[in-house]
Amino acid sequence: MNNLTTNNTIAYIMAGRRQRSRRYWGVTTVLAVISLLLCFLMLYFGNTIYSIDKIARVLGGEQIKGATFAIHTIRLPRMLAGLFAGFAFGVAGHIFQTMLRNPLANPNVLGITTGSSAAAVYCIVILHTSEAVVSVVSVAAGLVTVTLLYLLSRRRAFSIGRLILVGIGLDAMLSSVITYLLQKSASQDVPAAFRWLSGSLNGSKLEELPPLVITVLVLAPIILLLGKHLSLLELGEQSASSLGIHTDRTRIALILCSVCMIAMATATTGPIAFVSFLAGPIARRLVGVGHTNIIPAGLVGVILVLAADLIGQFAFETRFPVGVITGILGAPYLIFLLIRMNRKGDF
Amino acid sequence: MANLTASQDKPQGTQVPKRFAIVLIVGLIALGVCVLVSLAFGSRAMGLKEVLDGLFRPEVDSYSASVVQKRIGRTVFSLLAGGALGVSGALMQAVTRNPIADPSILGVNTGATLFVVGGIAFLNIGSANEYIVLACIGAAITAIFVFGVGSLGRGGATPIKLVLAGAATSAALSSLISAIMIPRAQVMDQLRFWQVGSVGAATWDDIAVFSPFLIVGILIAFVTAPALNALALGDEAATGLGVRTGVLRLVASAAGVVLCGAVTALAGPIGFVGLLATHLVRLLIGPDQRYLIPMSALAGAVVLTVSDVIGRILGSPGELEVGIVTAFVGAPILILLAMRSKVRSL
Repeated sequence: MNNLTTNNTIAYIMAGRRQRSRRYWGVTTVLAVISLLLCFLMLYFGNTIYSIDKIARVLGGEQIKGATFAIHTIRLPRMLAGLFAGFAFGVAGHIFQTMLRNPLANPNVLGITTGSSAAAVYCIVILHTSEAVVSVVSVAAGLVTVTLLYLLSRRRAFSIGRLILVGIGLDAMLSSVITYLLQKSASQDVPAAFRWLSGSLNGSKLEELPPLVITVLVLAPIILLLGKHLSLLELGEQSASSLGIHTDRTRIALILCSVCMIAMATATTGPIAFVSFLAGPIARRLVGVGHTNIIPAGLVGVILVLAADLIGQFAFETRFPVGVITGILGAPYLIFLLIRMNRKGDF
Repeated sequence: MANLTASQDKPQGTQVPKRFAIVLIVGLIALGVCVLVSLAFGSRAMGLKEVLDGLFRPEVDSYSASVVQKRIGRTVFSLLAGGALGVSGALMQAVTRNPIADPSILGVNTGATLFVVGGIAFLNIGSANEYIVLACIGAAITAIFVFGVGSLGRGGATPIKLVLAGAATSAALSSLISAIMIPRAQVMDQLRFWQVGSVGAATWDDIAVFSPFLIVGILIAFVTAPALNALALGDEAATGLGVRTGVLRLVASAAGVVLCGAVTALAGPIGFVGLLATHLVRLLIGPDQRYLIPMSALAGAVVLTVSDVIGRILGSPGELEVGIVTAFVGAPILILLAMRSKVRSL
């Protein structure tokens, strides 16, 4: 009798696990398909619409008058920048939110993207350095911002509220630095300003992309490996360490990887507003809890960036940079989330 | 009993804070210095003698005289606007009983800006009066919304909830501002200072329109100061002392909203002045609103004018909008407050 109940329980648990797993893979596949579709649309739409056959031939390396320029110089870099930056923002945002166990604690709100952005602007518009230097400096700036954030908000007891307040303060200071640098550089043109204040894919160049692409391809697998521990970290410090995880080491490694990814993405596209904040919660809602939603979060990031860029480019008479669109979509959700958290009494 | 009589003999309320006289004198001297500095610095820096000659003996050098004259308007406006922002910050802190309330942190500035930008773009408004009215409406709606969101749930409007609600609202509204401005790139130059506040464009006409709002707001602030002191003890204690807390909150926050709305209408969103001014003053003379509010006006005027001068020096040959400078100087106060506060009170 007793044995039977145990068996039933096990069967029940296994069935639940299978169901969750099926849902995880199902959702992930759908997200991946949507991402691919959006990538294609990024190549397809533009001032001139080329046939699918032509696009394939151009991508294959054939020279076609007009199409080669439009796709290789404009649409492909834009698509790749959106793809990799979106993935990086989504994954890194999700890692931060999970580790700090608060959806508001993401690189966007905490001023980390703004720190990287400020450093990138300094290198690009004042020092005129090469892409490699820009990447290294913006990663370093991201790490410095995180360290500063940690040191400033570490008092006797750690408090997520204090961390967020300090982050908002840092963010305000660093944004003013960016505005100052943009003015000082006399590169007063609006696209540049938008790229560094709210993120834009305008003017992405193929030769600027390798640092970002390499970073994502190297760090995403590492994060995925460490991510197995993430769901245990989510249970809280004590449970995780009693389950045999080196909480500090895992945490530091995860933060380092996330900051590197986010800094690289920021150095390429600017801080695209709210993507790192939205991706995690959306993925969680789609997949459900119980999984480390790293890949779904990254894919949601890709979808958000590419879809917002397509909307910004083609839905209105004027072209809007992607950051403005994600800002308009993301901010109401942030407010909604705040209302819900306040009701529940999370703060 | 003895205690009671003692306090009747010398009610605590009538005590002038320690060091008040010194702080007042130092503040006034600082104000004078920053007026002179503001007249002297710019794309063409002048010595003290030139400034004084330009002011009082225009016949000596008509060129410097005209430069000084030009800068007088700007200086007067930045003094008034700074004063208004200082008082507005103090009022919002008192009403919300919250040390980090400030028009910019609560997103009220951005709300005012959105309404003005929307008015310019869709309603073709153009006069300073219309700007101010729209800005006040925008500021009021945003203030109500942010406070509403921030005070949901357990514990009412705690600092962290208010700041987050303000930051989120502000982010949403600035995206909308960008969306309104981008398609109008040709007028972007006129509109641009709506993204970062600047006192450079103010004219004497603006000041004339602005002054009544300033005077009304500051008068209300002075009148409500004693009641705000009672409010600091908590709603129940304040009611016990005969304060009608609902009316008081409404009147005082209306004054705070009008003050910051009027400044934003003419100068764009200038952040953190109220926060910086009030905390500086509180540190020096303590929390008594009857002294805190006027001194915050003085401190706000000094902070904004000095920031404007710094902006002109850093940005030369052009100028750096004052909103950039105040954010850089004022945001550390937010960090400091966050570091100091106890975990519980967050």
